[in-house]
Amino acid sequence: MTTALLSVQNLRVTFPTRQGAFQAVRGVSFDLGRERLGVVGESGSGKSMTGRAILGLVRPPGRVTADRLTLGDQSILNLPERQMRAIRGNRISMVMQDPKFSLNPVMRIGDQIIEAYRLHAGGGRDAARQKALDMLRAVQIRDPERVMGAYPHEVSGGMGQRIMIAMMLAPDPEILIADEPTSALDVSVRTEVLNIMDGLVRDRGMGLIFISHDLNLVAQFCDRVLIMYAGRVVETLAAKDLHNARHPYTQGLLNSLPRLDHPVERLAVLQRQDSWRDVPLQTDLPGGL
Amino acid sequence: MSDVQYQSRRDWLLTDAPQTRRQARLGAIYQGWLTFRANKLAMFGLVILILLIVMAIFAPLLAPYSPFSQDLTNRLQPPGAANWLGTDHLGRDIMSRLIHGSRITLFIVGTVALIAPIIGLFVGTVAGFAGGWVDQVLMRITDIFLAFPKLILALAFVAALGAGIGNAVLALAITAWPPYARLARAETLTIRNADFIAAARLQGAGPMRLLIGHIWPLCISSLIVRVALDMAGIILSAAGLGFLGLGAQPPMPEWGAMISDGRTYILDFWWVAAMPGLAIFIVSLAFNLLGDGLRDVLDPKGAKE
Amino acid sequence: MLTVTDLNVWFGYPPDRVDAVKAASFTVAQGESFGLVGESGSGKSTILRAITGLIDTWSGQIEVAGQAVAGRKRDRAFHKTVQMVFQDPYASLHPRHSVDRVLSETLKLQGMDDIDGRISRLLNDVGLGKGFRFRYPHQLSGGQRQRVAIARALAAEPKLLLLDEPTSALDVSVQAEILNLLTDLRAEHGLTYVMVSHDLAVVGHMCDRLAVMRGGRIEEIMTVDQLRHAGATQDYTRHLIAASAGYERS
Repeated sequence: MTTALLSVQNLRVTFPTRQGAFQAVRGVSFDLGRERLGVVGESGSGKSMTGRAILGLVRPPGRVTADRLTLGDQSILNLPERQMRAIRGNRISMVMQDPKFSLNPVMRIGDQIIEAYRLHAGGGRDAARQKALDMLRAVQIRDPERVMGAYPHEVSGGMGQRIMIAMMLAPDPEILIADEPTSALDVSVRTEVLNIMDGLVRDRGMGLIFISHDLNLVAQFCDRVLIMYAGRVVETLAAKDLHNARHPYTQGLLNSLPRLDHPVERLAVLQRQDSWRDVPLQTDLPGGL
Repeated sequence: MSDVQYQSRRDWLLTDAPQTRRQARLGAIYQGWLTFRANKLAMFGLVILILLIVMAIFAPLLAPYSPFSQDLTNRLQPPGAANWLGTDHLGRDIMSRLIHGSRITLFIVGTVALIAPIIGLFVGTVAGFAGGWVDQVLMRITDIFLAFPKLILALAFVAALGAGIGNAVLALAITAWPPYARLARAETLTIRNADFIAAARLQGAGPMRLLIGHIWPLCISSLIVRVALDMAGIILSAAGLGFLGLGAQPPMPEWGAMISDGRTYILDFWWVAAMPGLAIFIVSLAFNLLGDGLRDVLDPKGAKE
Repeated sequence: MLTVTDLNVWFGYPPDRVDAVKAASFTVAQGESFGLVGESGSGKSTILRAITGLIDTWSGQIEVAGQAVAGRKRDRAFHKTVQMVFQDPYASLHPRHSVDRVLSETLKLQGMDDIDGRISRLLNDVGLGKGFRFRYPHQLSGGQRQRVAIARALAAEPKLLLLDEPTSALDVSVQAEILNLLTDLRAEHGLTYVMVSHDLAVVGHMCDRLAVMRGGRIEEIMTVDQLRHAGATQDYTRHLIAASAGYERS
């Protein structure tokens, strides 16, 4: 890996509660190069919060601290909202789980893409429109003219997610953060959406952070995987080595999945141990952590 | 009886694993109280309302004079040592009248707050739950009531029934229920298709059980919030009726009627109208603040921001 | 145990009528575990809702334990025979009813006696101790909620349990616990399952036979053995199996 696009050191997200401060993310560190980085964990592991913290989307009273959070040479830790907004979309984009909640329901899709593009790149309306059509074609929408004129409720979930990706990629960001981009989609559509993301990331040399609960999917799609548990990274692995994972949590997750090719009477149940909360196991990776 | 030791009563209440039905229920109430207490303004409203209730209960003891005794030699005195809030055009002590008037205000507010939401809850949930023509009929009736300005409709009722505090309350209650019916219906429509209703149906629960046991508990909280926020309006409407001479009849110390009495002297003797006005303002504000706090507790999704 | 013949289910009226299920037929034998697989909108959950009478716009024959059912009305015997577990444990429990209230109400409706004893036994059956009896849903995790929902379904001591994606809202480790629980309960109580899922691996683990649905039609019915050993006869099924195997970089 050459230079890191994004460098995160000891990231923490803290929420005050009645019982005292609750740390949703407890000291996460990683460097992102031009690669597909998977972040895997169960609900409550802090994986989504990590993505939101990078983008400055943690709402008060939540607090984000880090020893280092740099995008290229620039520190983006707790930037004022104005500057953050310039970075969000322009340099880092995010794709959310359900396109239904990310698209404005009363605005035509074309107008939304054009507006998003002009907000970040400026330029005339016609140029933006051309760019929007190109983007829709890039995400393999066959009839972009028609889709431009449609409202979000008139398209399917898979199409909506592709439109979101088109919108997020329009300003040519350096990093794309995808938070469970395919969990709301059917399996057959999922493959298509992943293919599109894969192609775009490869062609443009973007860094991708792919947040998901689906260990197998991440292993197949990404280059490197961070496994999170209770707000910490417990293990970092090259994706191809996932099935040789050493941390008992990772192994437990893998074993608890039913598999068509390995029928079992009973599924292995994950026995959680308190020590996992505090002792992260780091696997040495060339160029990794 | 419990096999777990708790550090304090607070821990006992806040535990995630209550041992008895009573502990669970008290715990839920205590959680609500903590949320409510965190809202300083709501606490302020609650304190004012408690003071109002105490004032109403002990009115004869607190009031320095009789609210009815006239002293024409002492009329229209400004606030001073003898009459803290001054006297009115018949020489009656304004503070004593305000203190006794709090009973009337509480009576009006309490009765309306009891009748209107109950009618609204019943009509709204039945309409929303039954659907079809029942819904159509009930909601059109609601629309008819909503088509008239509230105070005008109340005026018409009072005019038909005769002036007096009882009729005023009745008129206010009859005109106040339609918004609650709408609210309850909207809530019911979202709850009606929830999985937990389907699950209860599959246990063989009949429509009455679903309505009372499952739908009402979820509608009531938003209704309570709404009622608390509407209270100010009800007090004002009651005062309005009093002001127009259609509510409490003289010499009853109803706050609205007191403003009406003071209206003639408002330029030279401002306190006669201003003092009851201030009382109405403070109580209305208190109810609004209380309603905000209740929303934090009962309707978490609508709270904050 | 369950026979469905020529089932059509629709929503709305012409011209906006949507046919959610078209001419679906299948039988489930006593003690069997049958899977309904398909993507969203394929009509798999709709079939369950028609069986339980939550939807009344259907035609065809549905027979449960030899008794034909019609329209929306179901009698008490039906509720004692058939129960359902819903997909989202966050939506299927009343937010203001404690576990105790949920279970005792269910038991009363089923006309059971010894309610205290039964609640303890039910909670034990689903792997929750008696410490959970007085909790409210917000004091439970997703997996615990689903256990409560399963306990509620078992309260009537049914013969046939309809499972509508019982684990799709849960984490994989919790899914394993719930699937194991369902396996144990079936063995203990001799239950018959009809399980709806979009996850072929889950159905493969839980069921003996399955029907693959697409666009409201049953594409094919096969055994899990056929599913595992490339015995699918329809292109769509093969495509589905390939897609669920994961992502192959093209």
